[in-house]
Amino acid sequence: MANYKIKINGETRTVEADPDTPLLWVLRDSLELRGTKYGCGVAQCGACTVHVDGAAMRSCSLPISQIEDQEVKTIEGLSPDLSHPLQEAWREHDVPQCGYCQAGQIMSAAALLADNPSPSEKEIESFMNGNICRCGTYNRIKAAIQTAAKK
Amino acid sequence: MKKKNSFKTSHNRRSFIKVSAATGGGMLIGFNLLTGCKSDPPAVAKPKVIPLPDPSQWFDINAYLKIGDTGLVSIISPNPEIGQNVKTSMPMIVAEELDVAWKDVVVEQSPLNSVDFDRQVAGGSQSIRQSWTALRQAGATAKKILVDTAAERWGIDASECSVSEGVITSPTGETLKYGELVAEASGREVPEEVELKDPSEFKIIGQSQVNVDMEGILSGTAVFGIDYRIEGMKHAVVLRPPAFGKELVSFDDAAAKNVNGVEQVLKFGNKIAVVANSTWAAMKGKKALTAEWKEVGPIEDSAYHTKTLKEHLVKKAEEARRVDGDVDAAFAQADEVIERIYEAPFLPHTCMEPMNFYANVTAEGAKLVGPIQTPKWTQSKVATLLGIEEDKVTVHMTRMGGGFGRRLYGDFADEAAEISSLIKAPVQVLFSREDDMTAGTYRPGSAYRFKVGIKDGQLSSYHLTEAFFNGEMFGNMPSNFPAGAIENYRVDCHNIESNITTGAWRAPYANFLASAEQSFFDELAEHLGKDPIDFRLELFAKAKEQPIGEEHNYEIDKFVNVIKMAREKSNWDTKKTGVHKGFSAYYSHNTYVAEVAEMVIENDLPVVKKVICAIDCGIVVNPKAAKNQAEGGVVDGLGHAMYGQFEIEGGRAKQTNFGVADYKLIRMMDAPEVEVHFAENQNDPTGLGEPTLPPAGGALSNALYAATGKRFYKQPFITEMEVKG
Ligand code: FES
Ligand code: FES
Repeated sequence: MANYKIKINGETRTVEADPDTPLLWVLRDSLELRGTKYGCGVAQCGACTVHVDGAAMRSCSLPISQIEDQEVKTIEGLSPDLSHPLQEAWREHDVPQCGYCQAGQIMSAAALLADNPSPSEKEIESFMNGNICRCGTYNRIKAAIQTAAKK
Repeated sequence: MKKKNSFKTSHNRRSFIKVSAATGGGMLIGFNLLTGCKSDPPAVAKPKVIPLPDPSQWFDINAYLKIGDTGLVSIISPNPEIGQNVKTSMPMIVAEELDVAWKDVVVEQSPLNSVDFDRQVAGGSQSIRQSWTALRQAGATAKKILVDTAAERWGIDASECSVSEGVITSPTGETLKYGELVAEASGREVPEEVELKDPSEFKIIGQSQVNVDMEGILSGTAVFGIDYRIEGMKHAVVLRPPAFGKELVSFDDAAAKNVNGVEQVLKFGNKIAVVANSTWAAMKGKKALTAEWKEVGPIEDSAYHTKTLKEHLVKKAEEARRVDGDVDAAFAQADEVIERIYEAPFLPHTCMEPMNFYANVTAEGAKLVGPIQTPKWTQSKVATLLGIEEDKVTVHMTRMGGGFGRRLYGDFADEAAEISSLIKAPVQVLFSREDDMTAGTYRPGSAYRFKVGIKDGQLSSYHLTEAFFNGEMFGNMPSNFPAGAIENYRVDCHNIESNITTGAWRAPYANFLASAEQSFFDELAEHLGKDPIDFRLELFAKAKEQPIGEEHNYEIDKFVNVIKMAREKSNWDTKKTGVHKGFSAYYSHNTYVAEVAEMVIENDLPVVKKVICAIDCGIVVNPKAAKNQAEGGVVDGLGHAMYGQFEIEGGRAKQTNFGVADYKLIRMMDAPEVEVHFAENQNDPTGLGEPTLPPAGGALSNALYAATGKRFYKQPFITEMEVKG
């Protein structure tokens, strides 16, 4: 066990964890930030997507020991009041079904738009292809990203 | 005045009870428990509409609703929410009859409550259909009590009052709000009879309302089972037999116990639980376990499954499920006999949220919290398991990351209860994705043989033989179309035993049968030189003119109507260069669906661009969410038909996680646009969680044929394609 200082959603927090503990479980079990979800543990579903220094990363496959000094942002820190254009667009398109994948979808989409404010349909599809939605809300996710991109 | 439907109130004959002050009241804490104390939007959010203020007192009206002294209404959603949106749509129905503004409604999830609710199950697309009247009555009864109270105060007859959005108006224009009356109405007897609205008067039903948990989902604060936490809760993962047919002999837990955070390793039944103070510690501990297993039963594999299914398909069952006429005699006299076999593998459910459950078993009883489609069944199973009375077991349903049938089976809740009772502490059991896929209750592997006789250009006989493993739920629809339309008709079913656990999978009975049958119809139509839609319509016309045999279970007019809608909306009869169309239609779970898939060839690969979907599910309660269900069902149906390759090897799932080389689920790139059209009528609503899935596989295979000239008989189709994507 070691102590790690991480910058999370603008705050610096210290956690005690084994160095191989994935960021996902540090978030969920130590930091009480359970918006980030577990789906596969092997970087194949995107449910655990967070931003590390602005880039979309699969937190299930990122050991805590590797992220010191980087800024981590989770769904809880995306906006203080659900005012991120993606959150507004998600509401407008009534995207979720079960909702479980959606935090990861939104975090992926937010990283995409930060990098590429007006992505083409193909660019959206290829960027978002790492995020599975078992309920099949893909069309709404795509539409919501397009709506948010226009804002 | 409009004609109203009068209904006897069958339940909830409970008078108003003054419940509690909102500040410090136990009840409020209770109902915020599972929504992370956020049943209303975060304070800083910018709500589009301003709801009524929080009440200082709530009044319990019946099992479904409470009204606060400000007029704010709290509606209790009885059924488990698995993503089918009942937590929004069921309360909408109550609010409609209560006549309040939807913005003034907050919703809470009910725990298991068998005293007040009949059917707290998420399954079979039945939540709305079976609760429709009860939900309406709950709202209407409350409204009547409030109106009676107002009328008494004004000294007029209740029939002279009008109500809109929680405000009662007298003929002279005086008004009283629900919030002003609710205290006075307290104690009033619930009326014996209430009037329900005529559907033409609906203001909430039929208007799209946003998911009531939207804020929680968008902010990451909605509580799914996996998110449930309580002081002192342990985390457990379980090592289960490495194959169906194996049993535990011995294990070595020395290394596991050395893992930081692992607290206990214990054997229960044929499994080993690793209990730790964090999820990761438990997972690591499990990896460090070594165990020896022995073979105690047959070790099956996919090759055995295929072979066994095919052997059964050529046999007749001891007792047929339905017999009209004599198929064998008709085959003997036919000009031509056509026979095709369709195969589908076992399938895991792969809910996005892996199985998990919380249990705290104490001397007082067991408290269970988690994602479950069948809380009542779980209560009774856990009571039996622990040897305690059922009423000592409480079950709270969290929001759940999908169900698809997997969460009908509370094996994970049983495990949690057993582990908690052994360690005498609260515990949450979590499946890893690998556990989820290897310890499934899979859709059984199945195969269908269709054999038809053709005489003078007409279908004279139709023989369906079904074979499946542990398919208790299979073979239950022998009177589905085309029963009733063909003179000689027979359905045989073979249920073959297997030690692989199986169960319902989204649209059980129908999910693969529809795909196979609708592919076969397409081939038959072509063979007879008919348009696939005309071919079906002719059969319906026959069934209508002169129905064959005992009753069939579909309504011809509704079925024909959705087929015609799909034909029109998809411009079926207009050929478009480069666009290849596939048609399919199926009736399941009380809902009629017809679909047209449009396929193009892109970079030498067939790609479904769009699916047009026509649906008759009666009244559409929440249109935007209903469309979401329909879209999801189509995407799910296409995805599994195309990509769902799942094999059993050495008694164990070969595919154990997502990934290109592993188990493939449909992703955004592969998902077509889905255009949904609902039949407009005022029939009582049916369900939508399942019915658009069954026809999708057929629409896909028929479009594939149109595009490539190749018929697909074996799911997933990707394994049969020359170019694999
Ligand atoms: S849980 Fe990390 S990608 Fe699936
Ligand atoms: S909404 Fe259920 S997995 Fe995406």
